[in-house]
Amino acid sequence: MERPEKLAPPLDAVSAGWISALTGTGPAREAGLVRLHGLLVRVAAGEVRRRDASSGIAGPELDDLAHQAAADAMLAIIAKLGTFRGESRFTTWAYRFVVLEVSSKLGRHYWRQHPAASLDAEDWDRLPDRFGLDPGEQAAQAEMITAIRHAVDQELTARQRQLFIAVVLNGVPLDAVVARTGMTRNSIYKAIFDARRKIRAFLVANGYLEHRKLGSP
Amino acid sequence: MTDWTALERFLDTDPADVGCEQAMDILHVYADLLAAGADAASRYPGVAAHLAACGPCGEDFRGLLAAITHEP
Repeated sequence: MERPEKLAPPLDAVSAGWISALTGTGPAREAGLVRLHGLLVRVAAGEVRRRDASSGIAGPELDDLAHQAAADAMLAIIAKLGTFRGESRFTTWAYRFVVLEVSSKLGRHYWRQHPAASLDAEDWDRLPDRFGLDPGEQAAQAEMITAIRHAVDQELTARQRQLFIAVVLNGVPLDAVVARTGMTRNSIYKAIFDARRKIRAFLVANGYLEHRKLGSP
Repeated sequence: MTDWTALERFLDTDPADVGCEQAMDILHVYADLLAAGADAASRYPGVAAHLAACGPCGEDFRGLLAAITHEP
């Protein structure tokens, strides 16, 4: 398990100032909260804009999503302030909450933009597109797709199969699957990770892919 | 000859990959190290492996890095 050093360095002056303000009382705390909220809104707006090409959100909806993400991040930061151990700058720690909130909200928003999207429709003809395969090689492709289907049907658990179909075949963003199923991003990733490993082992064992060590060119 | 590069890249799994939960737990530490010019990938190879393989976590990482390198 990769963890930061157990003994975190002393807080830098700026981070210490934030903690002092946010754990204090009275006007100093109020001023700290207002200042932090302003920063979070700007970071959220920047992050939503950075992703706007892929999210398809624009205009007032984009601003609204950024403000919601900043507000929810603010609540999470205040609730978890006691867990900040100074392993990074305070603002970096705080901005992480904003970025994660933006991802979560975009995942939920996906279903409003794609109400007809399906987690479990199975259109295997999409698979070549998913892997950028050359349409000129139809016979070889058809053989590989059939082999992958066999691997999916024979080697995967029901849960792995369901998530492979949703994310890989149907191209539903992982965070949208999180929003729809209530599963964590980690558990979905792990299921697909195991599915990828099993499919690869099946393709190698049956002569569709060459065995080679990971990382070799 | 069909080019299976993209397929093989997708199917390759790195045993060092720590998964989303661990990577997100220390994303701020990783991002600060990288922004400071340190070799974050050597310090946290499993996080580096994960960020390279997981689209959503990689996107979060790029967002955090953008936020701290262009601070508002």
